[in-house]
Amino acid sequence: MRKREVAIIGVGQTKVGEHWDKSIRQLAAEAILSAIKDAKIERVDILYVGNALSGELALQEHLGAAIADFAGLRTVEAYKVEAAGASGAAALRLGYLAVAGGLADFVLVCGVEKVTDAPTERVNSALSLGIDGEYERELGLSFIALNALIMRRYMHEYGYELKDFAGFSVNSHKNAAHNPYAMFRNPITEKAFVEARMVVEPINLLDSSPVADGAAAVVLCPVDMAKDFQAKPVRIASSAAATDTLALHDRKDPLFLEAAYLSARRAYEVAGIKPEDVDLFELYDSFAIMAALSLEAAGFAERGQGVKLAMEGQISLDGRIPVSTMGGLKARGNPLGATGVYQVVEAVLQLRHEAGQNQVKDAHWALVQSIGGVGGTVVTHVLEGPD
Amino acid sequence: MSLPAVWRTRKQRYSLVGEVCSKCGAKIFPPRDLCPECSKPAQTPYSFSGRGVVYSFAVVYQASEEFEEYVPYTVAMVKLEEGPMVTAQLTDVDPEEVRIGMPVEMVTRKLYEEGERGVIHYGYKFRPCVG
Repeated sequence: MRKREVAIIGVGQTKVGEHWDKSIRQLAAEAILSAIKDAKIERVDILYVGNALSGELALQEHLGAAIADFAGLRTVEAYKVEAAGASGAAALRLGYLAVAGGLADFVLVCGVEKVTDAPTERVNSALSLGIDGEYERELGLSFIALNALIMRRYMHEYGYELKDFAGFSVNSHKNAAHNPYAMFRNPITEKAFVEARMVVEPINLLDSSPVADGAAAVVLCPVDMAKDFQAKPVRIASSAAATDTLALHDRKDPLFLEAAYLSARRAYEVAGIKPEDVDLFELYDSFAIMAALSLEAAGFAERGQGVKLAMEGQISLDGRIPVSTMGGLKARGNPLGATGVYQVVEAVLQLRHEAGQNQVKDAHWALVQSIGGVGGTVVTHVLEGPD
Repeated sequence: MSLPAVWRTRKQRYSLVGEVCSKCGAKIFPPRDLCPECSKPAQTPYSFSGRGVVYSFAVVYQASEEFEEYVPYTVAMVKLEEGPMVTAQLTDVDPEEVRIGMPVEMVTRKLYEEGERGVIHYGYKFRPCVG
């Protein structure tokens, strides 16, 4: 049985930030209703909810049913999909599989996270539920500490200093200035980056993406039906995912995101494109080191050279490979399970040429990638614009 | 970690007991029952020497709740002489003196307490080799 081509015909998102006045259900419903309105559909066949920590932080599991009920989708089959930071992207992958496989016509994918109902200490601890509980967390490691270990080794092997990594955060903040949904829209300087307070050295406060509330949603349907609903449908040219060892110390090479490499390679192959065809890369910049390793794994730089792309300004909107075009995790924000869907929404806006002052010229191919944990799950999509 | 999980993994955390694959000889830590090299079942216990070398390190200024009272402390990835890599805290050493490549040895130390009247968690840490 041949697989069907899948299109994104509607998008919606809330601002990323502290939404004291909204519950997890309300956040999700806001994004969902916005996406449904954009797509002008009248029926949803399946709802996939990308979410990482609702049980721990929002004290609500069974999120699929909870959100279907609240968003006016009663009786629609619905599931929560979890893969740590890659939850939103994983939900999109499952939505894609349902439409591509011919088993559903209208699929809604919503990523949502509500962290502000929980005290900050609990949020910080919960972030470490995505690392190895028995052999990393129990010994005193956190999610940030593992990233710091990777960064230190990378600096040692390739001879980098802290200031060399500043370009990622500076670029993200610059782009977020024109994104009304972004959490932090203030510019930052390299000087501020270098002087920022250490969290787990060498990772500092201006290198860490902020965790916050948010919801984003997309509507999928077969490409053959898309033009009935959306003048500018974006095609999902490919969808791929891979896992790697959960624990960082079990990796064959701790400085190589093998799951990112494998899923990107598969995604390029199925889409029929190469890195040089990519017009923008919504990569998973939880930390600068992850952004650098993502660029290497996706074929934009040799091993150990990912940082140079930031140092040379190649990641800016008019650079060779624009990244975080609407602020990325660092400045748009990181609402955990929702982040993967925000990345897709932003790529869709770019490919529709609706990105305003952040528009990447002639954007036609977008690479979108989400990372769970320190690379334990990586999901990659290639999107093609309508023109 | 829950108390049953603490009890289940005590040999690993107090004595660095892992596994050796009877098919290909690979030394495995932490134990995982299937050999990561040849994928065959590997359940023969093996006691590691505890000696290794620092592969990377980081200084923690902000930690998860149960470790907050101990900051700042240093964590490291240690490559054991038998092959596997483990992640643990470094102890008996100033952060400024830690170097990648430094030889270290395993010691069993307190990790954290579950409140004033709760269980005390112990486990491996690594200190610079003495002598």
